[in-house]
Amino acid sequence: MIKNAYLCARMKVAIVKYNAGNIYSVVHALRRLGVEPVLTDDPAELRAADKVLFPGQGEASQAMGYLREHGLDEVIRSLQQPVLGICIGQQLMCRHSEEGDTDCLGIFPVDVKRFRPTRHEDKVPHMGWNVLRNTASDGITEDGYVYFVHSFYVPICEFTTATTDYILPFSAALHKDNFYACQFHPEKSGRVGEQILQRFLNL
Amino acid sequence: MLAKRIIPCLDVKDGQTVKGTNFVNLRHAGDPVELGHAYSEQGADELVYLDITASHEGRKTFTEMVSRVAASVNIPFTVGGGIGELKDVDRLLNAGADKVSVNSAALRRPELIDEITRHFGSQVCVVAIDARYVMDKGQGTRDNEWLCYLNGGRIPTERTLFDWAREAQERGAGEILFTSMDHDGVKNGFANDALRRLSDSLSIPIIASGGAGAKEHFRDTFLEGHSDAALAASVFHFGEIKIPELKSYLRSEGITVRL
Repeated sequence: MIKNAYLCARMKVAIVKYNAGNIYSVVHALRRLGVEPVLTDDPAELRAADKVLFPGQGEASQAMGYLREHGLDEVIRSLQQPVLGICIGQQLMCRHSEEGDTDCLGIFPVDVKRFRPTRHEDKVPHMGWNVLRNTASDGITEDGYVYFVHSFYVPICEFTTATTDYILPFSAALHKDNFYACQFHPEKSGRVGEQILQRFLNL
Repeated sequence: MLAKRIIPCLDVKDGQTVKGTNFVNLRHAGDPVELGHAYSEQGADELVYLDITASHEGRKTFTEMVSRVAASVNIPFTVGGGIGELKDVDRLLNAGADKVSVNSAALRRPELIDEITRHFGSQVCVVAIDARYVMDKGQGTRDNEWLCYLNGGRIPTERTLFDWAREAQERGAGEILFTSMDHDGVKNGFANDALRRLSDSLSIPIIASGGAGAKEHFRDTFLEGHSDAALAASVFHFGEIKIPELKSYLRSEGITVRL
């Protein structure tokens, strides 16, 4: 699976450091793939990396506030290398989020919505293992079960590369130019998740 | 559709798993990290680690173990046992746990649930409840009720399972892990009537615990108990039920599982 262990070891992978929690599981997952990432909010270091990950769990308005305060919104938008947003990272890469009525980074021109369940079985947050279905060939995902924890979702749009059904079909993964994003947690999604992360590192 | 989850539970004392000695094909079945890794490779959907040591030294060993689990396991895991305040939660999440489970401390001081969910989000807060069905003794209003117990089932309380579970949800709990003390260790199936009542009345996921002895018991708790997940320890540790076979069986019974 690892294309070249030597290349992976030399690759510079940066993780955007901001006020969103649970970033260490991404660090561990990358280490398992032979990559030692740097956690940084330094614009120069982010721009110099071969790959940038933008993960995290948190609340959209607080996260965006922090990014703006530290000038990271402009930095992320202007990155040229492959960037992968995970969970809240994907949502922040969209235009707007219903969570805290927040204007986001606008990389993907689509608005993040809150799940509105209509049946008792549809519990929110959407938490657990659900099916990922590839709908486009330019993404980094594959069909399989992946692990989700979220209460807001990205509707299906022209940049959707994989979908998942929960309450309604939504964007489980997005791709536009050098920007990739996924709603699920590849770092917690077993072998399938590891392969998705590896495919991102191989870009 | 969300998959029903299968969750092995590992009791840890002084950095070693308790009850884990007969696990197949594992040289160090006592090592909770290696055992957890083996379960994740077999298709476990999540892991629960419970710290059953009481000493300060033991807590430190447990936290170090949590860091090693986080480094080696690629599925979500919950840790519990002896979590009494926010700084315990902070320490365990920083060590890499995805969720924490609180039990006695939350029963004694329910605000703990609000504090955890406000600081870290609902998704990290599992409220574990140990309860027993108290038969009619003709002595008052608390007969014929599921009553909650403290300290691993040693101390009874006046709280009923359903009231406490509802309060936990209202305070922000992300999941309920209900262990029936009547069913635990008996291997005769889960407490499906109580589980169904919990699942149908609450809007958060319910994890069934206590009573797993055969593959059919897992089917029954998903179909009859409406459980979202099922937790077991010894049937997995002793290899009586193997997770891949269990999941194939559940799928053949029409239950959505991750294979």
